Amino acid sequence: MPEITDKAREEFFSEAQEIIETLSRNLLALDTAQKSGKEDPSLINEAFRAVHTLKGLAGLFGAVRLGAFSHRLEDLLDDLRLGRMDLRPEVLDVLFSTVDAYGRILTIEKEGRDEDLPSVDDLFRRLDKLGAAVERSASPVGGYELDPGMLAVLTEYEEHRLRSNIEQNLLLYRLRVQFDLSTIDKALDDMKERAKRHGEIITYLPTGEATGVDAIELDLLLASRDDLATLIGSLGADNIVIEEIPRRRRSVPPSVVPLRGSVAGAMSPKQEFDRLAEAAAGEVAPSLRSLTQTVRVDIRKLDHLMNIVGELSIVRSSLSRIAERLRGEGSRQLATELMRLHRNFDRRLGEMQDGILEVRMVPLGQVFDRLARVVRQISRDLGKEIRLVITGAETEIDKLIVEELSDPLMHMIRNAIDHGIESAERRAEVGKPLAGTIALNAFQKGNHVMIEVEDDGRGIDEEALIEKAVESGKIARHEASELVRDEILALIFVPGLSTREQVDDLSGRGVGMDIVKTNINKLGGVIDVHSETGIGTKMAITLPITLAIVSALLVRVHSQVFAIPLSTVSEALSFDPSQVRRVENREVITVRGSSLPICDLGRLLGLPEPIEDRRRRFVVVAALGSRRLGLVVDHLFGQEDIVIKPLGSSLSRVRGFAGATELGDQRVGLVLDSGAVIEEVLSGAEGPRERPSLLHG
Amino acid sequence: MRRVLLVEDSASMRAFVRAALTASSALGELEIAEAQSGFDALRLLPRGAWDLVITDINMPDINGLELISFIRKNEAHKTTPILIISTASSERDRERGMTLGASGYLVKPFTAEALAAHALEQMGAASASGAHA
Repeated sequence: MPEITDKAREEFFSEAQEIIETLSRNLLALDTAQKSGKEDPSLINEAFRAVHTLKGLAGLFGAVRLGAFSHRLEDLLDDLRLGRMDLRPEVLDVLFSTVDAYGRILTIEKEGRDEDLPSVDDLFRRLDKLGAAVERSASPVGGYELDPGMLAVLTEYEEHRLRSNIEQNLLLYRLRVQFDLSTIDKALDDMKERAKRHGEIITYLPTGEATGVDAIELDLLLASRDDLATLIGSLGADNIVIEEIPRRRRSVPPSVVPLRGSVAGAMSPKQEFDRLAEAAAGEVAPSLRSLTQTVRVDIRKLDHLMNIVGELSIVRSSLSRIAERLRGEGSRQLATELMRLHRNFDRRLGEMQDGILEVRMVPLGQVFDRLARVVRQISRDLGKEIRLVITGAETEIDKLIVEELSDPLMHMIRNAIDHGIESAERRAEVGKPLAGTIALNAFQKGNHVMIEVEDDGRGIDEEALIEKAVESGKIARHEASELVRDEILALIFVPGLSTREQVDDLSGRGVGMDIVKTNINKLGGVIDVHSETGIGTKMAITLPITLAIVSALLVRVHSQVFAIPLSTVSEALSFDPSQVRRVENREVITVRGSSLPICDLGRLLGLPEPIEDRRRRFVVVAALGSRRLGLVVDHLFGQEDIVIKPLGSSLSRVRGFAGATELGDQRVGLVLDSGAVIEEVLSGAEGPRERPSLLHG
Repeated sequence: MRRVLLVEDSASMRAFVRAALTASSALGELEIAEAQSGFDALRLLPRGAWDLVITDINMPDINGLELISFIRKNEAHKTTPILIISTASSERDRERGMTLGASGYLVKPFTAEALAAHALEQMGAASASGAHA
């Protein structure tokens, strides 16, 4: 016989500990559910499963007392889950005491001690006093046209739940759902959450049909008060077929009249009361248990916390200034103490800031799952077979960004399938696999998250794109010949350009890509396009990890301090103002042989001209996509992480600023919206603007 | 090398079963794939032929009975021996499992020797090739 190693024992104890923690969470959830008058039978079953597993393990690892205790508790939970005993408050009290008892038992088992545990003995007595279980007459399941194959796989518990639901005169539904095996856990969890609002899922049975290596079909048996139309409205999707399981004719009591398709008649006053109470209480909260482990937090609350952190950082700088003053006034010791306090404060504040940021982060998988469904739908609509390959779904990014990403990504994928991927015949001709591949890759790169949408389609037809741009007057013919490759590809983002002859429902008339670009820019991101004719197209989105904090370059223009988000800054250099040339009504300087349009921020913003003589000034090169603009400033302070606060509602429509930020010395600096400034200046819009603009001066 | 699919949601239990099977010389060298849920098992199943499936019954979502029923519906695994491991309290469920086509069962807690003996009974000794009965 193989010896049970110390390592195995240790793992057993750590698993036992985890199971007890799960039990504790389940009991808490049960208590919450009980208090709010809602029932969730699955919670008792999970508590049972936890204790059941403990018992089995205790036997294997020779933990006799753990085994005996679990055995007794398992009996009780079995009675509870199978409806042979009611979950009375005193029963729940005893259950809560078991968590402590488990802790004690585990400790002595682990240390191999043999000592009396009076509190556990006492608990045994309390368990005995709870009274005997009552065998209930089981109601028949024969009243429904249930598939015998489904009935055969019900565990005792599932069968009990089925009977219990039938007793309550609920409707039974069969949900036939197709899942991708690689994502089934998450997909099923989503499904469960939604189904729970309508009733109870009794079992999940793999049908064994229409399944391949990577897909599976499950039959879900759902008991619900809602009618078929309601369920289809709420749960319907193209991978789900919902059918009501009809009652056998003869067994329907004549008095039963369906009531708005919900609860049938013949209810006891108590049942009627419960139904009304539930209806009044609104929807059953999805998964009470998850409440104990996770909390949903309105992102605005996190923004608020982040603002407080910003304000605290101002307190922090005041502290250090006071310390300096004290030192100057000769109170060295006090100054040193204050500095120590300041360092400690500084460190904790940093931790707090990191902590808040971390809470905002969610995996991109959330939006990728949604996109997977879209791909399935589009490929079916267009009759193109598509293989979707996702990598990096675990990459985390700010919740607010995730919310805003869904639409742009969906447009990009639609475009890729519609315009990029060739028809099956065409692919066969050029020797590509018949199924087109769309790859969705995400990864973190420094302070940015990269998302790539890649297809193995025909690539962007540059000739056609130029032709279209010229035809529609977006560029002049003579300009067209001077465009470099990246500039040509960037034409897909010009409003109103599409390379497809026919307008179709799916991608429309190139409406997608310019909006995609705008939306990505709004998030402080950029898109780059790479394309090879005949091989495919790749669009790479670069996004900041969070919107709450940005790294910014602090600059001074005349006497004002501004922050320029670093994500839009490609470089900063000093230059001699006398080198400025004028080309086509625009100021330019030469940087490493090529000309860079510049813009004097002070003049643009209408700041009063300073008296100081400025022989040497600085230019901050802001770049978004392929466009570059040099912003002329007087002084560079360096880089700092800033918290952006929104401008008040009266200023929110002003273009050119992304918000305001508090600077360490209790002053407020405006955060430049580089994207808007670039658009404004480079579009050469000297005429009247549609929107009020600070840039107008 | 013969292949065993072990479906069990407790990590310690999986480790125990693996150790018990590996220690038995009569079983010879085994490739043991571990599934910690019914879904995992569904993912692993299509990956080739199996000489033995050992499964727990009481698991979340896809329970052991559903898994057994699924395996038996599948042409490729119609004759694969299935050994149920479950606790004494799951008597009714265990019987259902046998009705659904499981080949044998073992009541938890069991000794390593008992498990190896059951596995041997189901798969035959290592020398007997093509042990599907």
